[in-house]
Amino acid sequence: MWLLLKNGRIIDPSQGMDTAADLLIEDGLISKIGSIDASTLNSSDGVAYDISGLVVTPGLIDVHVHLREPGFEYKETIETGALAAAAGGFTTILGMPNTKPVIDNRAVVEYVMNQGRNSAVNVLTSGAATKDNEGKEMAEIGEMVKAGAVAISDDAFPVQSADLMRRVMEYAKMFDVPVVTHCEDKSMTEGASMNEGLTCTMLGLRPWPRQAEEIMIWRNILLAELSGCRLHIQHVTTAGGVEAIRWGKSRGIKLTAETCPHYFSLTDQALTNYDQNAKVNPPLRTQADVDAIKAALADGTIDIIATDHAPHALQEKEVEFQNAAFGMVGLETALPLVITNLVKTGVLPLVDVIAKLTAAPAQLLGIKAGTLSEGAPADVTIIDIDAKITVRSAEFKSKGRNTPLEGTELTGKAVATIVGGKVVHGADMLR
Amino acid sequence: MQLQRKDILGLQDMTPEEIGLILETAKSSKDILARPVKKVPILRGKSVCTLFYENSTRTRTSFELAAKIMSADTTSISVAGSSINKGESYKDTLLTLEAMGVDLFVIRHGAGGAAHFAANTVKSHVINAGDGMHEHPTQGLLDMLTILENKGGFDGLKVLLVGDIMHSRVARSNLWGLSKMGAEVRFCGPSTLLPSEIDKLSVKVYTDIDEAIDGVDVVNVLRIQLERMNKGFFPSVSEYANLFGINKNRLRGAKSDVLVMHPGPMNRGIEITPDVADGEFAVITDQVTNGVAVRMALLYLLLGGGGNVAAA
Repeated sequence: MWLLLKNGRIIDPSQGMDTAADLLIEDGLISKIGSIDASTLNSSDGVAYDISGLVVTPGLIDVHVHLREPGFEYKETIETGALAAAAGGFTTILGMPNTKPVIDNRAVVEYVMNQGRNSAVNVLTSGAATKDNEGKEMAEIGEMVKAGAVAISDDAFPVQSADLMRRVMEYAKMFDVPVVTHCEDKSMTEGASMNEGLTCTMLGLRPWPRQAEEIMIWRNILLAELSGCRLHIQHVTTAGGVEAIRWGKSRGIKLTAETCPHYFSLTDQALTNYDQNAKVNPPLRTQADVDAIKAALADGTIDIIATDHAPHALQEKEVEFQNAAFGMVGLETALPLVITNLVKTGVLPLVDVIAKLTAAPAQLLGIKAGTLSEGAPADVTIIDIDAKITVRSAEFKSKGRNTPLEGTELTGKAVATIVGGKVVHGADMLR
Repeated sequence: MQLQRKDILGLQDMTPEEIGLILETAKSSKDILARPVKKVPILRGKSVCTLFYENSTRTRTSFELAAKIMSADTTSISVAGSSINKGESYKDTLLTLEAMGVDLFVIRHGAGGAAHFAANTVKSHVINAGDGMHEHPTQGLLDMLTILENKGGFDGLKVLLVGDIMHSRVARSNLWGLSKMGAEVRFCGPSTLLPSEIDKLSVKVYTDIDEAIDGVDVVNVLRIQLERMNKGFFPSVSEYANLFGINKNRLRGAKSDVLVMHPGPMNRGIEITPDVADGEFAVITDQVTNGVAVRMALLYLLLGGGGNVAAA
C-alpha cells in the first residue's frame, strides 16, 4: 500500500529540508523523498497525487489542547477534538488534564489513550501535577508516565505553592517528562477578566495584570534551575514573560516556551464590544506585547506554537462578560493565523514556522513524530499557503464555536492531513 | 432633532449634540415635575421594566417615578424573588420579559458590559442604569444637568471627582460627558483606587486632594465603599477621611462659588463632612430631582418619538 505525493514543496525542519520533490509513503511509513516515478511502483496497490503548488510538511503537533473528555463531552469529545485537529492540519495533539475526573491517575490516562486510539489523529495526554488539580498534593506522576502520559501539567489550575511546584519538578525529573506550566499568580487575578490597561479601564472590567503571569514565569524558571527539571512555559503573552524566558535560556536552564496564534494576532482591542469569544486566559494583551511575541518567535526564545484549543458550549459564552468561560477554539484557525500573521508578513520564514509546529514540539514530548525522515510514521500535512479562507465557525469540526475570528479573512490552510499513511482530512481535495 | 439610537449604554459613544439634546429635554421635563399635578399622558401604553441585579433605591425609584409621571406602565424585577435565583440565565430573563411586551429595559447589573449584552439580545430599548465599573450614563447626565443649571455651561469649567475612581462607573460617565462638553475633568483618590492608565484619557489625575481642589468649580464626592478597605485598597476609614475627606477647610481651595455634589448614598463623616453635605454649596438634593428629569427625558426621547416634552 503506497501513496505518492508528486511535485510538492517539501519542508522538513528536522532534516533541514526545503526542496521541490516527491514524497512516497509505503505501509504507513515515510519511504522516500526525491524524484519518484509512479510507474516503478505496483500501481494496483496505491495512488499518486499531483500536488504542484502545495507545501508538504511533517504532520503538525499541538502540545496544548483541551479535549474535555471525560466529563465535559458537551464541549468536545476526543473524537470531535481529533477531527478538528485533522481539519486544521494537526496529526498529533496533547490533551490537558483538566477534565472531570481530572487526569491525575493511571486509570484516567488509560481511558483517554483508549479513546484516542479510535480517533482521527494521534492523541497524547498529559497528567495533572496535583491530585484533583487542587494544588495540594502531588499526583501519581510515576504511574501516569508508565501508563503513557508524556507531560505533567498544571494547566488551568496553576500550582500556587512554590514548594509544591518544586517537588513536582524534582519528582517529574526522575521520569524525564517535561513539566508544562500555566503561569498565573491567582492572588492577582481574582475576578479579573481582561488585560490590565487603558482598554480595561474604559470597559470597567476587573484588571488582569501582566505581572500575574510574569511573576509565575520567573518563579517556575527559578524552580526549574533548582530542580533540574525540563520546564515548558505555556501560552506566553507578554513582553516581560519573553524577557524572563530569554534570561532563563541564557542561564542554560532546561526551558522551552510556547505561544498561541491569538497572542500574536489579536490585542485587548478585540474586547471593546465585550466579545465573550475574545475572553481567554491569559488575556489578550497589547500591541507592544504582540510585537515582543513575534520577535521572540523570530529569535527562537519561543520554541513552539500551540493552540490552547479551548472549546466551550454556547451557553457558557452567551452570558455577562465577567461570567463567560475563558478560552477560544484554535485547532482549525491556527495554521491560517500562522501563515497570515507570521509568514505573509515576513516575521518568520515558513520553514522556521513549521519547525515550531513539528520538530520542536516533538522534541519537547520526546516522541517519534514531527519528521519526514525515512521510516518515520507517515504523519504528513499538505498546506496551501496562498489559499484565501473566511473563518466560519459553523463549519468547524470542533463542537466549540467560540472564536473571536468569525468572518475574518485569512490566508493559508491545511489542504490534507495524513496520519500513519491514511488520509484523515482532505481526501476529496486530493482527487 | 431626535436621538438616533435604540439604547443608552454610556456617554463614551455619545456626541456633544446628543448630550445637549438630552439636557435640554430634561430641562423641559423639569417643568412637569414642578406642576401640582405631575402626570402627562405621553408614554401611555408603553411598558418599562426595571431589571436590577444590584441593589438600588434612588436610581430605581427615580426611573419608576419618571416612567409613571409620563404614564408608562412599569414593572420592577430584582434578583431577590425572581427566577434568576432558580438559575435562569441573563439572556433568557431578557428574552422572556421582552416576549411579555416590554418596550424599554432599565438595567442595573454588577457586570461591566451587561447593558451592551442586553442591547444586543433584545429589540426593545435598553437604558443602562449602571453596569459594573463601566458606566452609569443617567448619573453622569443628571450631574451634568445640575452643573448646567448652576453654571450656565461647561466650557472651561474645572470639575473634580474625588474618591474611589477605579470602581466608579459614575466617574467614568462624568469623564466622558464633561470632557465632550468642554469641561476640564480632574480625578483624585488614593493611588490604589486609580485605574490603570487612566492618565491617558483627557483627565488630570491627582493623589493630593489640596492640589486637586485648587480653583475648581465643582467637587463631586464619590461614595467610598467600605468593603474595599478589607481588600487592601486603603488602610482605614479614618485615614481615608483625613487624606481625602471633603470638609469646610479643604473646600476653601476651590472657587468661592463651588458646587458640591455627591451621587449618594453618602457616608457622612467619611468622604464628606455633614456640614459640607448640608452646607451652602451643596446641590445634592437638586441632583436627585434632576435625576428624575433626565430619566423622563431619556424615556421620552427613546419611546416618545422626538419633539419636546413640554409641547406635548
